[in-house]
This record gives sequence, C-alpha cells and structure tokens, in this order.
Amino acid sequence: MHQLYIQDVTLRDGMHPIQHQYTKQQVKEIAVALDNAKVDAIEVAHGDGITGGSFNYGFGAHTDWEWLEGVADLLTHAKLTTLLIPGIGTIDDLKRARDLGVVSVRVATHCTEADISAQHIEAARNMGMDVSGFLMMAHMNDPKPLAQQAQLMEEYGAACVYVTDSAGALLMDGVRDRIRAFKEILKPETEIGIHCHHNLSLGVANTIVAMQEGATRLDASLGGMGAGAGNCPLEVLIAVLNKMGAQHNSDLFQLMDIADDVIRPLQHRPVQVDRETLSLGYAGVYSSFLLHSERAAEKYGLDTRDILNELGQRNMVGGQEDMIIDVALDMKGKAQK
Amino acid sequence: MSKIKVAIIGPGNIGTDLMIKVIRLAKNLEMCAMVGIDPNSDGLARAQRMGYVTTHKGIDGLLNLPEWKDIKIIFDATSAKAHAYNWGVVQQYPDKRIIDLTPAAIGPFLVPPVNFDATHNVKNVNMVTCGGQATIPMVAAVNRVAKVHYGEIVASIASKSAGPGTRANIDEFTETTAHAIEQVGGAEKGKAIIILNPAEPPVIMRDTVFTLSEQADKAAIVDSVHKMVSQVQQYVPGYTLHQEIQFDDIPEDKPVFIEGLGKRYGLKTTILLQVEGAGHYLPAYAGNLDIMTSAAMATADQFAQESLLTT
Repeated sequence: MHQLYIQDVTLRDGMHPIQHQYTKQQVKEIAVALDNAKVDAIEVAHGDGITGGSFNYGFGAHTDWEWLEGVADLLTHAKLTTLLIPGIGTIDDLKRARDLGVVSVRVATHCTEADISAQHIEAARNMGMDVSGFLMMAHMNDPKPLAQQAQLMEEYGAACVYVTDSAGALLMDGVRDRIRAFKEILKPETEIGIHCHHNLSLGVANTIVAMQEGATRLDASLGGMGAGAGNCPLEVLIAVLNKMGAQHNSDLFQLMDIADDVIRPLQHRPVQVDRETLSLGYAGVYSSFLLHSERAAEKYGLDTRDILNELGQRNMVGGQEDMIIDVALDMKGKAQK
Repeated sequence: MSKIKVAIIGPGNIGTDLMIKVIRLAKNLEMCAMVGIDPNSDGLARAQRMGYVTTHKGIDGLLNLPEWKDIKIIFDATSAKAHAYNWGVVQQYPDKRIIDLTPAAIGPFLVPPVNFDATHNVKNVNMVTCGGQATIPMVAAVNRVAKVHYGEIVASIASKSAGPGTRANIDEFTETTAHAIEQVGGAEKGKAIIILNPAEPPVIMRDTVFTLSEQADKAAIVDSVHKMVSQVQQYVPGYTLHQEIQFDDIPEDKPVFIEGLGKRYGLKTTILLQVEGAGHYLPAYAGNLDIMTSAAMATADQFAQESLLTT
C-alpha cells in the first residue's frame, strides 16, 4: 500500500468557524506545531480559497498573502499548500501564492463542473506545483459520473483527485462506491484523496473507508477545526490509523496537545455535532453556510434549521452564500403573510 | 424609414439569439449577414433558411460580399482571440463600428444605462460580461448617491447556460467584471464571483450586488436603484429586484478589511436580482446570455438611431 499522505486543513477549512480571523502569528505557530508533528501538508488560505475574502464569504483578518508570507521558511517536513476555487480565485492569484512558497494546490469545483478547472490545473502543473482536483459536494453526483469528472481533472494534469464531502452528507457506502468508481477509471498512478465533514459524525469512519478502498491522501484538521461540525478530526484519525497499523508520519500525542491546548480555545462557536451542524449533513447543505445561516436566522427572526433545510431543498451549491439572505427574506415574507 | 444594416460574426447560441432580437425587436437595424467559419454550422444554415446572406469564411468572407459596403454595424460573438483579428480588419473601414461580445475588451466597456453617452464616437465597444451587464448598473446606481468604496458581485448561472468558451476562461469573467465594476460602476475596488449551479430544472440567473459606500440617505439609494432597474428593463424585461434592498451599517469601530483598500466602514447595500431571459432563441433561464445579447442589440439600435438622425 502507498504511504499515507496526511493533509491538515486547520488553517484553511478551519478559517470558517472563526470567520477567517486567524492572526499571522497564530498561522505561523500552528503551522510550526503541525510541522513538528510531521503532518505531510499544511493548507493555508481563506476558507473559500485564495482571495475568498468578500462580503459574500466574510472578509479575513488578513489577506491570503499576509497569512502565507514566511510560513514556507518555517517548515522542515510539511509541504505548504493552498486551495483555489475557479470563479473566485484566478491563475494570477495562484502565481502570487507560488511566489510565497506554496508548492501544492487543490483546485476545487462543484462535483459536476470539473471543466472550469482546466486552465487552473494546467497552469499549476506548468508552474511545477503538485496539483490535485477537489470535487466538492460529492454527495450531489453519483459515483460513475463523479468519477468521469475526476477523469477530466486527471486529463488536465491533476496528480490526485479528491472526493470532497463538503456537506458531510455521505454515508460510508456512498464514500466506498465513489472511491471504487474512481479506482476503476483513473490511471493507477493518479492518487485518490478524501475530504470529509463530521456533520453526521462519520468524518473518521468515512476517511477510513476511503483509505481501505485505496485513497492515499487523507484530509483532517486539529480538533476537526473546519466548517459545519468540522472536518475529520486529525488526532482521532491518527489514533485510529495507529491502532490499524497503517503507515503514516504523524505524531499522535503532539497533535492531541495542539488540538486541545491551541485550537479549541480559539473557537467562539464550538465545532461540534449539534442541532444546526447535524442539519447541514441531514439536508445536504454546504458546511460553510453554517455561520451565515445562523446570522441570517438571528437578523430576520428565523430558525437556522429551517433556513438550512430550505437551502437543501433549493439545491444550492457551494459558494452561493448570497442565497442565504434570499431564502431568509422569502421565509420572513411568508411568515408575515 | 431606412434602417442600418448589420452583420453578426459567430453563429453560435449568442449570435443566433442576437439575430432573432435584431429581426424582432430592433427599430433601426436590419439583419443582413451571418458570418461563421464552419460550413456545417447550424447557425449559418438557420440564417440562410431565414433568407440572410451567409459566409463560412469569417470576416474575410464578409469583405468579399457585395453587401459589405452597406453594413455599418458588426456584432462580434466569437472569441477574444478571433475578435482581435476581426477588429484589425474592421478598423480599416471608418464608416463601420463593431460591438464586441467577447472578453477581448480592446475597446472601452459599455453598459448601456450607465455610460452610453461616453461611447458616441467609439468604433469598438466591449459589452463586458453577462454578470457585468447585470450588476454594474446597480453599482453605478449606488455610486451616484454615495461614493462606492467597494463593489462586489456574485453571479449564479445555470450550468447549462455556461458554454465551452465561458468554462475554458472563467478567469476572464472574474477579472473583466471586476475591472468594469471599477471603470464603469465607479467603485474604487471591484470584485466578481461566478457560480455554476447544475440543478434541474435549470435555475434562472441570479445576481447579488454588495456595495460598501459612504453613509448616505437610504431612501435616495432605493430611489436611484429603482430608477436604474426600470432603465435596464427597457431592454431586458425579465430584469427584476428579487427582494427589497438590504442595508447594514458598518461602524467605524468595526470596519471590514478589504484587500487593496485596507480597513473601511460605511454603508453596506445588498441588492438581490433575478435576470430572466426573453426566451427568443435561448431558454428563459439563461438570463445571463439574454442580457448580453439584449444590451448589445440596444446599443446598436441606439447607435443606428443617432447615425440615421445625423445623415
């Protein structure tokens, strides 16, 4: 079996629960701690990828460039990586990240729209970067057509393609079938990755199922620090991998310490499975919608769960945070009639 | 009354929809020639069946047609690369103007209700992007009441309405739209986001405009936005405010940090729009394509009216 490649997303997906407010110092300290614990890759960006800072997704405490600057020089083991969502970030933005020492990038699209990533994947490849495709909201596409989307990303030059369960809505069979479909049609040298959210408490289980089916790049974050109920919690994943005897580089006790001592105290809103985050997984809604929906519920006197259910009904995809206000205003209007 | 003859280069979805709009709606335009590069193109065959002159030899083929001398306005619905070539040819004829629907942006941006008057004698105008046509009037409507520091737009379109050209060049959308938010909309800094939604049945185009401006009389902004919406409706009847305009105060002690501007405060205005197409050749959900062809047609019609008045 391939050596596992553990990518931490605390400093990217983990931006969501704190509304993209890490300080530059926090980013450096957390990156160094992760590097010491021998995590293989560390992703740093606004939660919605480079240049995601906006009214729609929330403005960061810093620009991506400020967060990234100087981090690469501090790393001895881990690769510095970032995320780019075409339609938000551009190739010029990617070049800027590369110039700051980013050596690996994930290019993310909705699970049916892989073809908008062609120019970005090719550009990353031509810059000599390690590049992966990242098929978000993977529960909204069936295994076979999803694998065909992965094949497009492979053709454009992706060395790895991820099943990205952005809504934390996939069950274990759903993960298994998707990874199997990838295995069936992707080239043997193309790696497969898994990115989970913990909304149905399946973050670790789904990651393990994916690994057992051949996924070698596993995403996780400290204490699950990520959108919704968070990602697959990194320290838990490593504990499970240890008990399974799986090969990886990371140090469990160091990760436990950073998760509890550094990360959890940062959370204003606890990252956990609760009524609201469970609703994300249950309704199949993009996990990043959580805080935006909670704010809209408060502003317009509505119930967060009702808003999330309605967003699921309307088949909203990742990035349509503006439609949360739209849904809330529709619901408020109805309630007043 | 005599009309101005037009040619359309690019017999794809956009070119064909444009042709139908010229035939059905234009007051001062006469459809004359459809130009392509593929002899087997459906769009060329359609134009030919409808009785218009066609050539599959591109702009050079058009030059050799006897109708060329009477054609005064050319719509370019090809690609940025092809437009550079087409413009190279057309600019040698001082009596002709070109309306560019590609992302080439060689000529100045034109958003009809905002800066039509600034483009009177310009021979090559660029129609920005679908998202730009839908949202820049709103940025400008706020900006004429209160100085806009930052304008951000989110365009959500049905996956089915995003053609291969858009998909292969999504950065051109974000970059071109952001520039035009600044240059035409008047924002100090612009940002554009595009989302493709594959839902079935296809979703109608939605656009959200966020501005951060100086504090201002909210009623004056509402009034200005409503006036601008009716102006756009004159050429895109399906252009509507989907919700009441939303306002949020961003206080000085809780500013937002905007890349390129630093910390800013003021009035945040949120405008939620829907753009439903007329359903001429393209389906009604594809408001993104309709607003481009409608804006281009309205521009040409106005150009034609002016040249008819002056000759």
